[in-house]
Amino acid sequence: MTLADTGRPAAPQRPWTAKRVLNARPVAVALYLVIVAAIVWASYAGAQRMGYNWQWYQVPKYFGSFTDDGFQPGEILFGLGATVLLSGLSFLLAVALGLLVALLRLSGLVVGRAVAVGYLELIRNIPLLVLLYLFYYVLGPIFGLDRWWASILTLAVFHAALISEILRAAINAVAQGQWEAASAIGMSRAQAYRWIILPQSVRFLLPPMTGEFIALIKSSAIVSVIAVAELTTIGRNIISDTFMSFEIWFTIAGVYLILTLVLSFGVSALERRLATRQ
Amino acid sequence: MTKAPIIVAEHLDKFFGDFQALSDVSLTVHQGERVVVCGPSGSGKSTLIRCFNGLESHDAGRLTVEGVELVPDSPKIRQLRQDVGMVFQQFNLFPHLSVLENLTIGPMKVRKLPKAEAEATARKYLDRVHIPEQAGKYPSQLSGGQQQRVAIARALCMEPRVMLFDEPTSALDPEMIGEVLDVMVELAGTGMTMVVVTHEMGFARKVADRMVFMEQGRIVEVAPPEKFFSAPESARAKLFLDQILEH
Ligand SMILES: Nc1ncnc2c1ncn2[C@@H]1O[C@H](COP(=O)(O)OP(=O)(O)OP(=O)(O)O)[C@@H](O)[C@H]1O
Ligand SMILES: [Mg+2]
Repeated sequence: MTLADTGRPAAPQRPWTAKRVLNARPVAVALYLVIVAAIVWASYAGAQRMGYNWQWYQVPKYFGSFTDDGFQPGEILFGLGATVLLSGLSFLLAVALGLLVALLRLSGLVVGRAVAVGYLELIRNIPLLVLLYLFYYVLGPIFGLDRWWASILTLAVFHAALISEILRAAINAVAQGQWEAASAIGMSRAQAYRWIILPQSVRFLLPPMTGEFIALIKSSAIVSVIAVAELTTIGRNIISDTFMSFEIWFTIAGVYLILTLVLSFGVSALERRLATRQ
Repeated sequence: MTKAPIIVAEHLDKFFGDFQALSDVSLTVHQGERVVVCGPSGSGKSTLIRCFNGLESHDAGRLTVEGVELVPDSPKIRQLRQDVGMVFQQFNLFPHLSVLENLTIGPMKVRKLPKAEAEATARKYLDRVHIPEQAGKYPSQLSGGQQQRVAIARALCMEPRVMLFDEPTSALDPEMIGEVLDVMVELAGTGMTMVVVTHEMGFARKVADRMVFMEQGRIVEVAPPEKFFSAPESARAKLFLDQILEH
């Protein structure tokens, strides 16, 4: 039977280019596994050569254990809880502060703009670690901040700078006609922000804000230098007791990874919900 | 039988940078009067009616609405805007709110009416613009004509004393223009004071008490519609009418 019999022209045969071969699903998956395996094997072999004594079986108890009284959470879970609380509080504060700075910049007041821009430039040019030392060793004694609040304020002040830019962009992304329609029914600027502009900004906000929250969670590890008992500090403490640095650092990294992935997927789901509503 | 003047504009000037968008514009709109403003693109029609509710501030001259002088940035402007409804070319509905919420948000947040009362008013005006069944939908689910009727109802919910329309039908597909104009004709029938910027000359003939023709930021001619359409005084208005009545 010839092609002419089917009445359909044959699909042109695409050549097997290198890119096409590499992107074929089985090849891609296999390559991916090979790369991951190579990295794991290289670390393992390196550790082996150092004579490292792997003790993975020790790790689960730091997550928790089952006793007669039921499940007892371990140190890592406490550390995770502290990291979540620290990041969550810092993020809320950072959003509030970021909103204030964004509104100041958009206010049309010369003073407001100057304050906002000064703050942004300052924060942008100070390393996070130095900011933390400032809050803990300088402002701490002056204002009576303990290490927990010094950490929260540091993270909030640092991340509020980028958050204010995100908010400003999202506010500007709402069409000018919305301001006019709000004014035309007699709304004040504050009412227009509250009921018309900010609710519409949310959809422009979610992706960059999630990114910033994840960045904040990651930078929260830095407060371990002033011994706030969060995930990274807990990791360090366990290691100084047990010398299992390889296992524990892999584990801590994994916990951060899971935390941020859960957050990303959660927000994507939320975004899809919002998208279907409008 | 002259009625009370509602909008009194005297010698208004308006500049955008060096560009003069309004020059020496004077116009009085009386209670219950329907004024249709027309003129070529860029002649300052939008600028003029946006001045009437303080969306633009005039640079010189005097503008009073219901006896209150509009001074730029004065807090009275907000009070006044509640009495002056505005309908935009692009509808400008609030996309994150349902139709009903679009109508109730002003009365509830600005006039501080209780929800039940605001909703009763909203439903009354949705009936008035013939889309009571769309209350629960979001603006993006409506046709252009329906959206513009919601926008009219939204303005009416504030119980304004004057309604301003800035080319309310020019963003619409031709088959939807009629339904919006019908609503506006009915509104005119209720005695509402209206200032309408439009090129819909059929509508103008039907409802206008006076035609205002603008060009290059000036009011060139003011005349009753019969006279304006049959024998415009200015050569420019004649040219303009020839052009738009051609198609
Ligand atoms: N915000 C602004 N900044 C600068 N120039 C402006 C602004 N708004 C309007 N103009 C200018 O003022 C002039 C009058 O504009 P206006 O919108 O009032 O005209 P119009 O008669 O409504 O025209 P159209 O029929 O196109 O809507 C135009 O030349 C326009 O470019
Ligand atoms: Mg215009």
